[in-house]
Amino acid sequence: MTITIRSVEKKFGRYPALNKVDLEIADGELLALLGPSGSGKTTLLRTIAGLEFPDAGQVLFDGEDVTFASAAARRVGFVFQQYALFKHMTVAKNIAFGLDVRKGKDKPSKVEIARRVEDLLKLVELDGLGKRYPSQLSGGQRQRVALSRALAVQPSVLLLDEPFGALDATVRKSLRRELRRVHDATGVTTIFVTHDQEEALELADRVAILNKGEIEQIGTPDQVHDQPETAFVCGFVGEANCFEGQVSGGRFSAGPLGLPASGVREGSATAYVRPHDFVLDDGGFEVRVDRAHVQGALTTVNATAADGRHIEISASRAEATRFQGTVKIAARKAHVYAA
Amino acid sequence: MAAVSHRRAVDDPTWAKVLIVGVVMAFLALVLILPLAAVFVEALRKGLGPALDAVNNPDALAAVKLTLITAAIAVPFNAVFGLCAAWAIAKYEFRGKALLITLIDLPFSVSPVVAGLIYVLIFGLQGWFGEYLVDNDIKVIFAVPGIVLATVFVTFPFVARELIPLMQEQGTSEEEAAVSMGASGLYTFWRVTAPNVRWGLMYGVLLCNARAMGEFGAVSVVSGHIRGLTNTMPLHVEILYNEYDFVGAFAVAALLCLLAVVTLVLKTALEVGAPGMRGRGGH
Ligand SMILES: Nc1ncnc2c1ncn2[C@@H]1O[C@H](COP(=O)(O)OP(=O)(O)O)[C@@H](O)[C@H]1O
Ligand SMILES: [Mg+2]
Repeated sequence: MTITIRSVEKKFGRYPALNKVDLEIADGELLALLGPSGSGKTTLLRTIAGLEFPDAGQVLFDGEDVTFASAAARRVGFVFQQYALFKHMTVAKNIAFGLDVRKGKDKPSKVEIARRVEDLLKLVELDGLGKRYPSQLSGGQRQRVALSRALAVQPSVLLLDEPFGALDATVRKSLRRELRRVHDATGVTTIFVTHDQEEALELADRVAILNKGEIEQIGTPDQVHDQPETAFVCGFVGEANCFEGQVSGGRFSAGPLGLPASGVREGSATAYVRPHDFVLDDGGFEVRVDRAHVQGALTTVNATAADGRHIEISASRAEATRFQGTVKIAARKAHVYAA
Repeated sequence: MAAVSHRRAVDDPTWAKVLIVGVVMAFLALVLILPLAAVFVEALRKGLGPALDAVNNPDALAAVKLTLITAAIAVPFNAVFGLCAAWAIAKYEFRGKALLITLIDLPFSVSPVVAGLIYVLIFGLQGWFGEYLVDNDIKVIFAVPGIVLATVFVTFPFVARELIPLMQEQGTSEEEAAVSMGASGLYTFWRVTAPNVRWGLMYGVLLCNARAMGEFGAVSVVSGHIRGLTNTMPLHVEILYNEYDFVGAFAVAALLCLLAVVTLVLKTALEVGAPGMRGRGGH
């Protein structure tokens, strides 16, 4: 199912939650909606689901206008932020709900429903837990139930709102892989919301970055990380050192830092340098190393430049010993944006 | 840390604990248990026979019947509308919501006598609809409809008050999940919303019922005190008492108390049976 969102706008009171959002999601794609809290991710997801209706613009499913169609008519599978499992129903009943509500010849037989529930439980590795109640499950297990409940209706599109938000780090990691596996196994077009850039970059085919109700950039994880189109994306995706400075004569300067900045408007500007883009360089500027901390394969260095600004550098583990006292560094790559 | 204290601040000395618990117990005994016991003692002062006679007399039986009828109408009515009001307040955003919440509390803040008078003003002979009602031979005041209306008014908040916080806490996502999977509004209500609030609903219904059977003030104003016709149990107790028929008065009062005790037992059973009812957290 291809999903097209055309200049969708949505206001709550006078506050615009979505501002002329355009987005196209390809069939079978796994797309992440990434953005800080309050940026409109949930609103956009709910608009796609038919749980919220836009003030202007269109939502198309395979070219067909579904802007004001109900959620049920769109056949979406929605995984809510807090899962919204039916507390008084068993896991099996929860998963079967979407099939149980059907009427007439659309409704599968009891045997068929039971088999389908079994298959889904197996898919999310919860076999044998069908008779439990949601309160008897761990957070990660509840999440899996919510996922299989959404998949039970064989949705045309699977929508997940911060699916791993309420889980601890380890469970989160394994569930991420799980979602990828389920997506690959079912091939269903999937959109998930997250404010965790690591999650988005690891999991998604493409990432759409939202800020204040507008899409800042859409691209593959590599694109948004390595070629951020806006200052916001650069600051939000991946780690970055931020420098406020001036551009003149095609060069950016901020204190001791000088960078090529061809094509950037003259005047005040902001430069972002990733920690791993700072390298030891005798032609560079001096910094004092405050702390070099080895963690796994990387060395994280906290340093202070001559004018007092703090700089974070990321180097390989082997280089740890070279970051001592005062060293000279240079940025081998930077992103400069006119203010 | 200089002074290490092994005693927490709330760990008062034993004598204080005994004193406080003792005072509370004595107070409860004086204010609650003693009057309740007195009712039964007075009722049985001349033995069981006269007490049973007092209850088993046509006027008393008519009063019991009227009380049960009133509760049987008022309670389901308020259960349904309380549920609707709670649903509207908890699940939808609309203008005038704050006003609606205030209105729901009105019967609690207005004196029951005033509530009764309102109905007299509206439906009484001199009231707004007085002439129309007389012309069409419909009796509201000094008749069963008036008693039911007054009772409905006075007991309206119980169910709604119980359900609003419960429903607000549960939010709308379960309903949205159901609807997004193709469930109709009614199906969603019966299969998702209702089971989630059933304990709170029953609790509210019990309280509502207790008050419906016990209401005196509002009903007294609209009833007209016609023996065997418009007397509810509480009114009947008063009449007997004013006629110095103490055994009769206390016998009927004892019956009312028994109804209250049954209600309390049911309520306790509910609280034990429904995990999380008291904390309202539930699941
Ligand atoms: N039902 C609502 N009523 C009023 N404001 C809302 C509502 N839902 C969302 N908003 C506002 O719209 C903005 C975007 O919200 P949301 O889509 O939930 O952001 P996100 O999911 O990215 O955190 C926020 O500022 C939020 O306060
Ligand atoms: Mg959100």
